[in-house]
Amino acid sequence: MRYAMAIDTIRCVGCNDCVVACQTENNVPIGYCRDWIVEVTTGTYPQLAMEIRSERCNHCEDAPCVRTCPTEASHKVEGGIVLVDEDECIGCKACITSCPYDARYVHPEGYVDKCTFCFHRVELGQKPSCVSVCPTHAMIFGDIDDPNSEISKTIARRKWKTLIPEAGTKPKVYYLT
Amino acid sequence: MIEEIITSGRMNPGIDPVLHAWGWEIPLYLFLGGISAGLLFFAALLSIQGKAKKYPVSVMWMPLAVPVLIGIGLLALLFDLSHKLYFWQLYTNIRWESPMSWGAWTLLFITPLSIAWILRWLPDMFPKLDLKYQLIYDLIDVLKKYEKSMAYGLIALATTLGMYTGILLSAFNARPFWNTSILGPLFLISGLSAAAALTAYFAKSHEEKKHFIKIDLFLIVTEFFLIVHLFMGLLASTAVHIEAAHMFLGGSYTVPFWVLVVAMGLILPGGLELMELRKKFIPAIVPVVLIVMGNLMLRFIVVSAGQASRWLY
Repeated sequence: MRYAMAIDTIRCVGCNDCVVACQTENNVPIGYCRDWIVEVTTGTYPQLAMEIRSERCNHCEDAPCVRTCPTEASHKVEGGIVLVDEDECIGCKACITSCPYDARYVHPEGYVDKCTFCFHRVELGQKPSCVSVCPTHAMIFGDIDDPNSEISKTIARRKWKTLIPEAGTKPKVYYLT
Repeated sequence: MIEEIITSGRMNPGIDPVLHAWGWEIPLYLFLGGISAGLLFFAALLSIQGKAKKYPVSVMWMPLAVPVLIGIGLLALLFDLSHKLYFWQLYTNIRWESPMSWGAWTLLFITPLSIAWILRWLPDMFPKLDLKYQLIYDLIDVLKKYEKSMAYGLIALATTLGMYTGILLSAFNARPFWNTSILGPLFLISGLSAAAALTAYFAKSHEEKKHFIKIDLFLIVTEFFLIVHLFMGLLASTAVHIEAAHMFLGGSYTVPFWVLVVAMGLILPGGLELMELRKKFIPAIVPVVLIVMGNLMLRFIVVSAGQASRWLY
C-alpha cells in the first residue's frame, strides 16, 4: 500500500481552505503552516499562464529526511507516510536542510514538525483534513497500489507532474495539469 | 519569465524567506572538529613512524588541546539542537545513512581515545609529576604497550572525523552548493592544514617547525586545487549547481570567499611560510592566525552558502 495525493491545478482556486483546515485539525502553532499555496505565473505579458498549487510534504518514497535523520525520529509508517517522532527528535535540523521542498520547520516546542497526511485520520479510514474541506474537489487522496482507487484511476487518465523529480526523491504528491 | 509567490503567506521561522536552519554553532563545531582531527592525525602518524622524540610538540603536546577543542565543539552543537534534552537519542541508534549519526559515534570513540593518548605521554611531558596512585601508573604502562594500536585507531578515527565535517554537508542533495563529494576531502585537508600551522607555531625545535611548515605548504596547495575542483565540478553539473557556483563567481559570496578564504587564508599565509623557510624574518604568529581564520571562514561561508542555494521549480 502506498498513500499518495493528487492535486488538480486546474480546479484549485487558491482559496487557502486546505491551509486553514490543516492548522485547525493539527493544532499548528500561530505563524507556522504545514501546507501552503503557491501561485506561479509564467510567460511575458500578455501571453501569461498561471498555476495554483497547494503544497506540502511530498512523503517521498526515497525520503532524504528519513535517510539523514541521526535518530530514526523521521520514519515511515504504513503506506509510506513520513512522520516525525517528537520524543526521538533532537532538533538537529538535518532533515530540514535535506528537504528540497522546505516542507519542515522547528515547532516552538523544539522538535521538527511537518504534514503527516493526517495519519490520525487516515488510520480511521478518513481523508486528510485538507482533502476533506477542498470546496472545488481539487484534491484526491488514496492508495496508488490499488488500481481501482480514485487516485490510481485519475493519475492513469490525466497528465501530471511531481515537484523536482530530478532530486531523485520520488515524491508522492501528484499535480494534475 | 517565471514569478513564484507563496500566496498563503507561509513564513515558517528558519525556513522563510530563506533557509536559516544552522547559524554560527555548526560551522564552529565543524572547524574545531577539523583541527582536532588534524592534530590527532599528525600525533598518531609520527608516533607510528617512531619520531616521538624528534617531533615531541606534535606527538605529545598538541593533543593536549584536543579534548578542550572537541568539548567546545560539542557544546556549540548542543546549543544548536532545538530539542536539547533528547540529545541522548543520538546514542540509541546507529544510522549508517546519516553522516550526523556516524559523526556522533566517531566523537564518542575519538574523545576518550585522545584522553588515553594524553595519559600515555603524561610522564614523558612532565617527568616530575606525581600521579599519586599506582593504578594510574599501571594504566599508563598498559597504554604504552598498546601505543601503536591506539595510533592506528586514532588515524582511522581522525580521518573519519575530518572527512565527516565535510560529508555532513554533501549528503544534503537538497542544497546544490553542498551536494559535491569534494567537501569531504576539502574539509579534511583544511583541518590538517590548520593543525600543521598550529604545530609549526608551537614547535620548539627548528627541525620540527620546518617539517610542519613544509607539510602545511603542501596542504595549502592541495586545498587550493580542491577549491578549483569544487567549482569545476559545480560548473559542469546541472543548472542549479551552476547557479550555486555563480554565488561565488560574481554573486554575493564572491568577495568574502575569494578574499577571506583564498587570498588571506591560503595564498598570503602560504607565501609567508615560504619566506619563513627561506629564513626571511616573518612574525611566526601571522601565517598561523591567517590560516586558522581562513579555516573558520571557509566553514562559515560554506554553511551559509549551502543554505542559500536551492532547487528551483
